[in-house]
Amino acid sequence: MNDALFLHRIHFAFTITFHYLFPQLTMGLAPLIVVLKTLAIRTGNESYDRAARFWTKIFGINFAFGVVTGIPMEFEFGTNWSHFSQLTGGVIGQPLAMEGTFSFFLESAFLGLFLYGEKKLSKWGHWCAAFLVFLGSWLSGFFIIVTDAWMQHPVAYTRLPNGSFTVTSFWALLTNPWALIQFAHNMCGALATGSFVMAAVGAMYLLERRNDEYARIFLRVGVIAGFLSSMAQGFPTGDLHGKYLAKHQPVTIAAMEGLFKSETGAPMVIIGQPDAEHERIDNPIVVNKVLSFLVYGTTTAEVRGLNAFPKDQWPTNIPLLYFAYHIMVGLGTIMIAVMGAATFLLWRQMLYRARWMLWILLLCFPCPYIANTAGWMTAEIGRQPWLVYGLLRTAQGYSTNVNAANSLFTLLGYMGLYLALGILFVFIMEREIGRGPIAMEPDSIQSRTVVTAV
Amino acid sequence: MESIWFILVALMIVAYAVLDGFDLGAGILHILIARTDADRRTILRSIGPFWDGNEVWLIAGGGTLYFAFPALYAISFSGFYLPLHIVLWLLILRGMGIEFRAQLSREIAAGLFDGFFALSSGLLALFFGAALGNVIRGVPIGADRSFFEPLWTTLLPWGETGILDWYTIFTGVFTVIALTMHGALWISMKADSEIGNRASVVANRIAPILGIFSIIGVPLTILARPATVANYLRYPALFVIPAAVMVSLYFVWLWNRGGRELPAFLASCAYIITALTGVAAALYPALLPSSYGPQFDITIFNAATGSYALRVGFIWWGLGMVLATGYFIFLYRMFRSPRLIVPPCAR
Repeated sequence: MNDALFLHRIHFAFTITFHYLFPQLTMGLAPLIVVLKTLAIRTGNESYDRAARFWTKIFGINFAFGVVTGIPMEFEFGTNWSHFSQLTGGVIGQPLAMEGTFSFFLESAFLGLFLYGEKKLSKWGHWCAAFLVFLGSWLSGFFIIVTDAWMQHPVAYTRLPNGSFTVTSFWALLTNPWALIQFAHNMCGALATGSFVMAAVGAMYLLERRNDEYARIFLRVGVIAGFLSSMAQGFPTGDLHGKYLAKHQPVTIAAMEGLFKSETGAPMVIIGQPDAEHERIDNPIVVNKVLSFLVYGTTTAEVRGLNAFPKDQWPTNIPLLYFAYHIMVGLGTIMIAVMGAATFLLWRQMLYRARWMLWILLLCFPCPYIANTAGWMTAEIGRQPWLVYGLLRTAQGYSTNVNAANSLFTLLGYMGLYLALGILFVFIMEREIGRGPIAMEPDSIQSRTVVTAV
Repeated sequence: MESIWFILVALMIVAYAVLDGFDLGAGILHILIARTDADRRTILRSIGPFWDGNEVWLIAGGGTLYFAFPALYAISFSGFYLPLHIVLWLLILRGMGIEFRAQLSREIAAGLFDGFFALSSGLLALFFGAALGNVIRGVPIGADRSFFEPLWTTLLPWGETGILDWYTIFTGVFTVIALTMHGALWISMKADSEIGNRASVVANRIAPILGIFSIIGVPLTILARPATVANYLRYPALFVIPAAVMVSLYFVWLWNRGGRELPAFLASCAYIITALTGVAAALYPALLPSSYGPQFDITIFNAATGSYALRVGFIWWGLGMVLATGYFIFLYRMFRSPRLIVPPCAR
């Protein structure tokens, strides 16, 4: 493997993976904050307002980390992937520029208003500010997904004489079916992160026997939202995504499932390690015919394995792709089970006393983070060896004028900086969660912090 | 259409310079003129609700550049690889400095974070100025339409060019001074009497220095790249722009002395706007000149994307900007608060 290419890939992978830890929580919390604000207005109960303020504070911290780690992402297209951006800017520049124009301005302006303006605005005015922050954060996600979806499944483009791509239909680009399915699947994932974190904080407070009233609010909202989003994550969005993937990237799904040879009534591998050299699965535990059923809706259909495709079209890292996919599906299943059980206990009014369940909810908060990361790895590693599926190979996209040493230098720089950021983040979050929602007066967000978001 | 997008991208960069300019300037100054923790917080609070919104202009400008002139985006960003990543690190450091200063309970943490904030603000202004200098002077783009510049070489006028060389260091220092004045005027407008007065005094001292820099900047620029005067000689009416630069600076000085804070700040905005307009007028139609000769220049014509994309972009961009301007007018009106006074014990 060409060193510079490898380093440019790791560079992007590392920075995007770290970055996405923050937006998935903000995108997940934003609608839940709107729910809390709505409950506050409908019940007139001050506790919901405090709860909303507490989560807005957590939102603000994550938003700030998301912004500072997000700015490099937009520039890395140009710095590390200049051939790619030169060729495709005429298409994906559109959604990326729209993200800046439509969502960042919206989000940053109304987050400022939401954090500072509670006393100046009416109840409904403040609710509207929360809603616009939610809208901005989800729009932002949508434009990014449109960008990625075009790389996965290029639509609405033509090539100019110099070889570069340019968009031919603005609406067809924005309504790329791949983007719509992926957006639905991704937002369920974000909502799951928001719900699991909210439920985990509630569970922790109950286990510590403090902030009782707020803990119950967090658990109620978090568990219900967590159950709904985890379910929708699998069915229908995950199911649709898988079927669409099988149709347009059949070689990817073969690699994800570790299916080296085409089979009718193909089995699904639950556990096992793919041995790409000998083209087999070691230590397999399989369920017969399930893969055929999941992909084609019938147990007898033939699923094409990797042997049906030329080797130069195979994803370049099959074991990692296989594990990422299996971790995503496995954790997704566990998440449904946990939230299903918690919802049942909530319905039977036993949840707040079931300490074993509270422990499980507390310990499960990393699950959606890992599942979301693994899901994105599945999507992006599965797209290999292509940068734009079927049109532009990854090896043709990087900045040839930036050598391996420069890429390594900045990669190490980001690693160091993000390590410091990560430690700071854990420290600040721990302190805020320790303080809890009790102290949350309308102006407390303002007076306890010097300046903005946090 | 390409020319329209040249103007729009320039507009976004100017908006960024004017808006983030004052908070960069305030960041440079706050450690110098504030004596107490409360003073510093007064200054930080005056930019608090605005700074991240202001930085969005940089992101939106970058995105617009990417979509309208992908070749320019790709060639310049990869060519300026090291300084650009350093700028990104500084932006991260600066965001941490301002947002998390009050998060750590130790006394010395606030001082440390203030230091980060001031240092990164100053270095950012320096790097942005140097970047502008690089664009004016041109970079070594050859027939393969790519370049890679070292951070510095010998720093001598007759040596090889680098990201930092005699000319770009000049433009960098120039920018630091201009933004410091801009930030000082913002503080004097926003903060209470004592610290505001101090800021006003600083602005008054800086204005004449800036005048000298503005004047010697012209011959130095012509020396760095003689072609910069070509447009001016072809259309002498353009000489209105440098005249407007000097007039704005004069009014900054006059109004600031007279204690008229808002007009002085607006004159400083006009100074930055006209100075950058002057640069844009010198460059057009090039976006990134090549130091090997005009045939290798990246121009609006050889860098633009397809015409459909430019047209459809014009529609949503217009809509988006109307919305964004609306939000910001609303936000600035909401937080128009007369004077900021932070009680010393509120920490």
